[in-house]
Amino acid sequence: MTSVADLAAIAARIRGRVIEMSHAAGTPHLGSSLSCVDLLVATYWGPLRIDPRNPLDPDRDRFILSKGHAATALYAALAERGFFDPALLDTYDTDGGALPEHPGLQCVPGVEAATGSLGHGLPIALGMALAARIGRRPARQFVLMSDGECEEGSVWEAALFAPAHELDTVTVMVDYNKWQATGRSDEIMALAPLAEKWRAFGWDAAEVDGHDMAAVLAALSREPDGSGRPRVIVAHTVKGKGVSFMEDDNNWHYRIPTADEVRKARRELGLPEGTA
Amino acid sequence: MRNAFAAAITELAATDERIVLLSGDIGNRLFDTYRARCPERFYNCGVAEANMTGMAAGLALAGLRPFTYTITPFATTRVIEQIRVDICYHDVPVVIVGTGSGLSYASLGPTHHSCEDVGILRCFPNLTVLCPADSSEVRPAIEAALGLPGPAYIRLGKKGEPTIHATPPTFTVGKGIVMREGSDVCLLGMGTMTSVALAAADELAGRGLSSRVVSMHTVKPLDEALLADAFGRFRAVAVVEEHSVIGGLGSAIAEWRCRRDGPHPPLVVCGTPDAFISEAGSQAWMRERCGLTGPAVAAAVLARLGARR
Repeated sequence: MTSVADLAAIAARIRGRVIEMSHAAGTPHLGSSLSCVDLLVATYWGPLRIDPRNPLDPDRDRFILSKGHAATALYAALAERGFFDPALLDTYDTDGGALPEHPGLQCVPGVEAATGSLGHGLPIALGMALAARIGRRPARQFVLMSDGECEEGSVWEAALFAPAHELDTVTVMVDYNKWQATGRSDEIMALAPLAEKWRAFGWDAAEVDGHDMAAVLAALSREPDGSGRPRVIVAHTVKGKGVSFMEDDNNWHYRIPTADEVRKARRELGLPEGTA
Repeated sequence: MRNAFAAAITELAATDERIVLLSGDIGNRLFDTYRARCPERFYNCGVAEANMTGMAAGLALAGLRPFTYTITPFATTRVIEQIRVDICYHDVPVVIVGTGSGLSYASLGPTHHSCEDVGILRCFPNLTVLCPADSSEVRPAIEAALGLPGPAYIRLGKKGEPTIHATPPTFTVGKGIVMREGSDVCLLGMGTMTSVALAAADELAGRGLSSRVVSMHTVKPLDEALLADAFGRFRAVAVVEEHSVIGGLGSAIAEWRCRRDGPHPPLVVCGTPDAFISEAGSQAWMRERCGLTGPAVAAAVLARLGARR
């Protein structure tokens, strides 16, 4: 397995790419993409059993980016993981291109579901979990959601279903960066205490620092323990993580970085000048 | 029709291991045989239709052939976004089955009526919309839906609908079934209203008008060849639907007709009004009120023909 230091380097490269894509295409949601990069890297370079050379293997694990507005992070991670030529990232959000601001199903190999409207990923993942059970396939299902997304009722419909049917192959990660589009997520809706809510719904909930790669890996690597409880990892994160002038500043939900800001950010991430 | 659905899905699931039935906590005992035979492919999804519909998409993305089943407004309009995004945008072969469509659940009130579902659902790309006319069209409709590469919506009545076919008909998606030939008027029934269209044909026969009657079980895609023929040689074309006059089969045909040249005999649309029917009452009473009976449909056709003279 790749070392934690290597994973940190991969995460830095992905962050650099994400920032460049936001700048080049003039697209928002940069802070939301940066907060979940470490979770993506830990999953894609950790327990997720996928093969970029056989991306539709029926026995594969599934990863669903339910917070589809972080598409740049997903695209950059898939490219880095070998699903497609990283040069394709330069076509992000261009007219007629394959990479829209929210991912489409198999718009590039590795995208398992179309997302963008919140609260859809978990029900889809539960269907995939039922399919794996029915087909006696060993697959696990990973879903990455945002904290604001936990305000959608469909999330809690799914949260009630999964434990009743002991869908313990399912792992949810909540990218708990404490912000949503226009304010603090704990103030707009009563999300806290979030882990306790999931526990009350019958889930095995763990809380981790979502930027501590080793801790995230440890939380992810736990195999189903026979209790039947699906797992949720409430990952405490920082919106805009990795760039000092973006961290925990919700202006970066919508702001587009200037060329100068891209240079500064890449420097902070320890990346060379220009495209990685 | 719901018993026909239960019987058909029970039999089909026994041999087609891709079929998974998701129910929204209805159909008490209806699926006992299914559950006994295929317990691993039946899920009561509770009163949580958004999750049920999203899960169906996930099952289909993994190669299975899920059906969602509950009372029509809860299978459809309650979960419009899940149908649009999870099912239609993904273009996966989920079959959405609504039971108790139109005014089937008249006495339960407008929360349980479904007179807008077709109008909304037929806007969605990739979705085939099927409205079987009676119990004998139910199984062929399911089999036809299973033969499609993408999603389908099957709009069922409830129970006790008149059977209009003596034997199970040949059911082809996008091809209306001609129930009776005629030469003056073409009556197109949507789903269970085909029996009312047949009754209207009897009324019109008494007034010296001969009617062709069609079960237009597929609202999307429309049977354009049948429509072109109908508008080309009949004095009037009438649609009978237990659905709002906004958005249903009549609207679909009007849209189609406005886009083409050629003869334009009158189009009569008999459906439910643009209003909630909030009074208590039976399905028969509400149909009467909406002009959805054989005599009322015949009168509407005669009025339009008379106005043309």
